[in-house]
Amino acid sequence: MIASLDWPALWLSVKLSAVVTAILITIGLPISYWLTFSRWRWKFLAEAVVALPIVLPPTVLGFYVLIAIGSRSPLGQLWTSWTGHTLAFTFEGLVIASILYSLPFAVQPMAAGFAQVDRSLIEAASTLGASKRRTFATVILPLSLDGVLAGAVLAFAHTLGEFGVVLMVGGNLPGVTRTVSIAIYDNVQSLNYEAANRTALLLLVFSFAVLTFVYGVRRQPPTAV
Amino acid sequence: MSGHVLTASIHKRVSSAFTLDLQGLVPPGVTILFGASGSGKTTLLRCLAGLDRPDGGRISVGDRVLFDAAGGVDVPARERRIGFVFQQLALFPHLSISDNIGYGLDRIASEARLDAVRSIARSFRIDHTLDRKPASISGGERQRTALARALVMDPDLLLLDEPLSALDHATQSRIMADLRTWNAAHAIPILYVTHAHREVFALGERVIVMHEGKVIAEGVPHEVLDAPAHESMAAITGFENFFDATVIARRPDAGTMQCRLEPGGGPLEVPMSRAAEGSPIRIAIRAGDILLANQEPRGLSARNVLRGRIVSLEREGPMVTACVDAGATFAVHVTRGASESLGLSVGDEVWLVIKTHSCRLVASP
Repeated sequence: MIASLDWPALWLSVKLSAVVTAILITIGLPISYWLTFSRWRWKFLAEAVVALPIVLPPTVLGFYVLIAIGSRSPLGQLWTSWTGHTLAFTFEGLVIASILYSLPFAVQPMAAGFAQVDRSLIEAASTLGASKRRTFATVILPLSLDGVLAGAVLAFAHTLGEFGVVLMVGGNLPGVTRTVSIAIYDNVQSLNYEAANRTALLLLVFSFAVLTFVYGVRRQPPTAV
Repeated sequence: MSGHVLTASIHKRVSSAFTLDLQGLVPPGVTILFGASGSGKTTLLRCLAGLDRPDGGRISVGDRVLFDAAGGVDVPARERRIGFVFQQLALFPHLSISDNIGYGLDRIASEARLDAVRSIARSFRIDHTLDRKPASISGGERQRTALARALVMDPDLLLLDEPLSALDHATQSRIMADLRTWNAAHAIPILYVTHAHREVFALGERVIVMHEGKVIAEGVPHEVLDAPAHESMAAITGFENFFDATVIARRPDAGTMQCRLEPGGGPLEVPMSRAAEGSPIRIAIRAGDILLANQEPRGLSARNVLRGRIVSLEREGPMVTACVDAGATFAVHVTRGASESLGLSVGDEVWLVIKTHSCRLVASP
């Protein structure tokens, strides 16, 4: 059974998810920080934009990303002049699309984690001479690790299971853009239900394990003072 | 040894109904900032510490300007060198007591930092807790940790936002004694916020009284709280009776004035003030400063004996509050034992005995 799994597709999905998760932690932390602590009056607009991928059909998001990175767009042309090939239908293109698609799944738990940190701890740090950066590293982050971890895990799991965006932006190139969910779709199209079932079951078990982990971590009571 | 004085004038609009507007000096030593909840005490502390931004004014400690709206100066909280002890203490729950106290000392070498932490922990008697987390030490030890964390930074000013109000009185005064010992060597201004009447006498050399965003009185606790200059002040410091009266005769040689309670009440002798004959005054009397008798008393030094009738009796724990109609309605506190031995009941005829100097003249609200 193991041998008959679609290993290249599985490996590609894991690689994509890992890269996207790493990037989302890097950019998600400052975005979440800003969304939590900014007093900008139009902040809700930014919150709406970040949350958009949750409600948008993946095909719509995929379509716009395809336009934005296509060979006629400024970004696509810039990329082509650097690398000599186009961004659409490549792994890099998938990474860009997946970052946008999974952004809210990383940012929202992180922002929720930051928001539940007692404000007086943050103010105490500043009266003790700590810069914003030091306060973040020594007070906010350690006290919101649950949220950050949940954001990272959800981003990973969400990227692993994406379909519509991948199909729109990446197409179906084996080893390049053919991820697990595309492989399942292919199997079903060719009436190979047995193979589809194996891969689908794997994703199901994985997703369930991830969510169990996330909710398990969150249920731990916060340390009382 | 700094001996700097905090000088502040602060204007801050908090809401359409509430504006903080005050100025004052805080010398080295413990000054109590006293006022009811919602009088603006915490907002004032937050403005001083740089956690809230005033709309106008100037804040300086010694000759160091921390905020100056006109000059465009607004030193951020982290550079103000002001110790702040929060009401909820705000100890970092994930750090040990040692790391909590040493948190602000990150710029000095770790050995020197540990020495400083141990030394201040000894002064505040918490050196046995250094390896523990805040959740596993006692309430008093947490307060001491919060104080030590603020003071190890050697601040120019210390702000305390009701940090001890959750503790029993004995623990509270032991902590304050240790704070005074520390401050004997440092002589910084310490501003201690409270809304508890008792703490004003117990803890401070000086008191500043706030009411609705303004300073309404300041000075030595006994002078300020026992001789309230303002009715709102008198109300928050435990005066139950307020009366309008008219001055009918001044007796400068006796230091007293004869006045008439309005409307249509009896005569009352009160201490001398600058009020002219015929002018209206306002009188505050503590319910506990009035004696109650069930026969007409004779041969008393007290100058005011008023006849009246008991309108109501209310028991509150060991105390009974009697409302007596003697032209005006007086609230009188008697102990339960006294009430029973006098056999007080509603409708009884009684006499109220009030010393001249128990009548305080206050400004109207």
